[in-house]
Amino acid sequence: MQPRALGAPRWALAVAFAATALAIVPLVYLLVQAIEAGWQRVVEILVRSDVAQLAIRSVCLAVLVGLLAGVVGTATAWLVERSDLPIPGFFHVLVVIPLAVPSYVAAYAWVSWEPATASFAGAVAILTLTTIPLVHLYVTAVLRGLDPAQEEVARSLGKSPWHVLIHLTVPQARRGVAAGMLLASLYALADFGAVAIMRVPVFTWVILGAYRAGFDPSRAAVLAVALVGISLVFVLGESLVRGTRDAARVGGGAARATLAVPLGRGKWVAITFLLLLAAVSVGFPVASYLFWWSEGGTEVELWEFVSAVVTTLLLGAVVAVVAVAVALPLAWLVARFRSVASVGAERAVMLAHSLPGIVVALSFVYIGVRVLQPIYQRWPIVVLAEVALTLSLALGALRVAFEQQPEVLTDVGRSTGRSRTEVFLRVTLPSVLPAIAASVAVVALTTAKELPALLLLRPAGTDTLATRLWAWAGVSDDASVAPFALTLVAFSIVPALVAARLGRPKRGAAQSSARSLV
Amino acid sequence: MSTPRLSVEGVAHAFGEVQVLKGIDLSVDPGQVVALMGESGSGKTTLGRIIAGFVSPDVGCVDLDGELVAGGGVFVAPERRGVGVVPQEGALFAHLSVAANVAFGLPRGSQRQARVAQCLELVGLVGFEQRRPHELSGGQQQRVALARALAPSPRLVVLDEPFSALDASLRGEVSRHVSDALEAAGATALLITHDAGEAFRMADQVAVLDSGHIVQQGVPADLYDRPATLAVARATGPVVELHAKRHGDDFLTVCGSLPIQDVGHDAGGSEGLLAIRPRQFAVSHDEQGSFEVAASRIEGELIRLTVLGSDGQRIEIASLRPSGRSDVTAVGTRVQLRVLAAAAFLADSHKS
Repeated sequence: MQPRALGAPRWALAVAFAATALAIVPLVYLLVQAIEAGWQRVVEILVRSDVAQLAIRSVCLAVLVGLLAGVVGTATAWLVERSDLPIPGFFHVLVVIPLAVPSYVAAYAWVSWEPATASFAGAVAILTLTTIPLVHLYVTAVLRGLDPAQEEVARSLGKSPWHVLIHLTVPQARRGVAAGMLLASLYALADFGAVAIMRVPVFTWVILGAYRAGFDPSRAAVLAVALVGISLVFVLGESLVRGTRDAARVGGGAARATLAVPLGRGKWVAITFLLLLAAVSVGFPVASYLFWWSEGGTEVELWEFVSAVVTTLLLGAVVAVVAVAVALPLAWLVARFRSVASVGAERAVMLAHSLPGIVVALSFVYIGVRVLQPIYQRWPIVVLAEVALTLSLALGALRVAFEQQPEVLTDVGRSTGRSRTEVFLRVTLPSVLPAIAASVAVVALTTAKELPALLLLRPAGTDTLATRLWAWAGVSDDASVAPFALTLVAFSIVPALVAARLGRPKRGAAQSSARSLV
Repeated sequence: MSTPRLSVEGVAHAFGEVQVLKGIDLSVDPGQVVALMGESGSGKTTLGRIIAGFVSPDVGCVDLDGELVAGGGVFVAPERRGVGVVPQEGALFAHLSVAANVAFGLPRGSQRQARVAQCLELVGLVGFEQRRPHELSGGQQQRVALARALAPSPRLVVLDEPFSALDASLRGEVSRHVSDALEAAGATALLITHDAGEAFRMADQVAVLDSGHIVQQGVPADLYDRPATLAVARATGPVVELHAKRHGDDFLTVCGSLPIQDVGHDAGGSEGLLAIRPRQFAVSHDEQGSFEVAASRIEGELIRLTVLGSDGQRIEIASLRPSGRSDVTAVGTRVQLRVLAAAAFLADSHKS
């Protein structure tokens, strides 16, 4: 593979370089901003901000969410994939659909009914409910990756279904489950909206406060760098656990369904549990917003709502087009011409995605103030920041699409006398069109519900659905929050369904792309 | 007569609208290796899964040593059947060593290690105990899978296309190893395969599955020399199908007449097809002959000829190479064909 790197087109390498720069340079500015005032000042800020307590609280939140979501998400994945639960396809979608409810939308639904839910425990509960689908998708992919014939052989060797679960399935899925837990932890660590609404002083919320306070620009930067450090521990942990996974199967293995483990009377407990889970994480928020809306008294004017919808859609579309345009050559490069440049660009893009949105947003503030003054607090910098945050989603899906296409296809295409461009247009591109469509949808709708970058960078006087929702939530006007919350949920149903579909395809293909979309 | 080890009676199974098995009868005696042959999609894997207990039959029953394990409201779970399984690609437990794989189905105790060693010796893999599955070749993996299945001394071992994932060059060697191990262990086995060579080499009896039924079960020579249906004739080896009419004590064909007693299996009827093995023809140089040699190919001691009839019918025949010089083999030569014998006289499936 190595010599092929020589063949990588220059323009594609230029795109890879640009993507790396987009992901890394703002972080450099963040670092500069943080240490500019000198080490003594950094230490002083850390001490004064009670950073130890902040770190403990943030890490506790992340670990608790990881553990709880890990246990529940693993259980749901096992029920859907391995037990004799009826209509498993339906329950799979039911478990994944909460992806459509942004964490702050769920959190505000609770707080609007009972202000006392705004607590550390409340944040743990909300973030657990939000991350269960992530773990579920991850563990589903792991379980589907195991060779079902192994479990059959174990049964034929005289082992009971529970023995097989404990001695065969669990040991083989262990690392996958651990990686899923770390992913949920990372999500909890990065979350901004839910903790802010629940008023839990963890890093993300405190960073926004420090930035808003304004009088000390270094304080937000120092705290952001500290959060990056903690995040990196989780990122590293996740990649370590995932990377060293044992070969889970030898050979292609059988593709057919496995022996379902009979639940007996437990079936009704399981069904009740899954329905309850969906009711709490999707049913309750949607019902309560519908209720607030039907109560009337909304102060939202039609033009305000329409302009927020239009702005959201336009921004989503522009970000999606730019992100896919950058991701397409980069994904092709990573899949076909692995080199230091392409792999480095991929890692950088993934890093930017795994860091908390508030950190990336803050980095763009600093680079905007220092270098990109002409576009600071204008739409172009918003687009850049959103692209940095979502590029990884498009890249992952497209890379898998390119990798699934056998290289021999393009070779055969060219051997028929067609040029490289012709083969790309007539063979390669058509086969990745579904991935392009999925990427556009997921990037656009992720941007629609993104909050911190918009709060920090949007031009004055303009608003999206998320920022309007935020403003009304700030004054606790439930009836006015409702239309924005419901519209966001309606928009987000599409990527949630895409993720559900990719996570449990009819046949073995395209599993890995599901992970890249969450 | 002793109780068969495995007895399948009237088993039927459908996947949705597709009726894969329509009433299967099959029996395997203790110590026997029976090959279950059929084209892909014929339902042979499904039948294997029903016997192992991974699928419950819609109708019919499965007995092991006279004990009902499936059917009639009874369903014994796979772990209580004592049916070992060797799947297509072995399905070794990737997180366990070779020894731990083989020991998986054995009870804890002092006998365990001894039995593992015994089974690995049986498949010729002594010294591989601590290897991981991914460190083994495909053939070695299949042998470990067999050792693992044999370790708990099952009543029956089901081998589902165990060599299909292997290179053609390896298949013969691995199948010989497996065959020897099965024999040394005195195991009773059901070998599922689509390969006639493999079935004939390894099995005491062969059963052919076609259109949802076992159309014939018997010793290999029986199936080859006296196939009960066209499907059996085709599945067991190359066959020429010649239209024929019954006339007194003979069958009349384009290649002359053939006495009825020289036909292995006579399905009755006045008109049908003769299933003739390539070696059951005699070919002679004849300028007035109604056939012309279209191609010829030498395979060791055999010569394979493709001849074309005046009506365009193609016939592939084989004969021992004559020791002297022969002009029969030249392309374009006019020849006469004579049928010496036939495997079966069967109803013409195209006309029924």
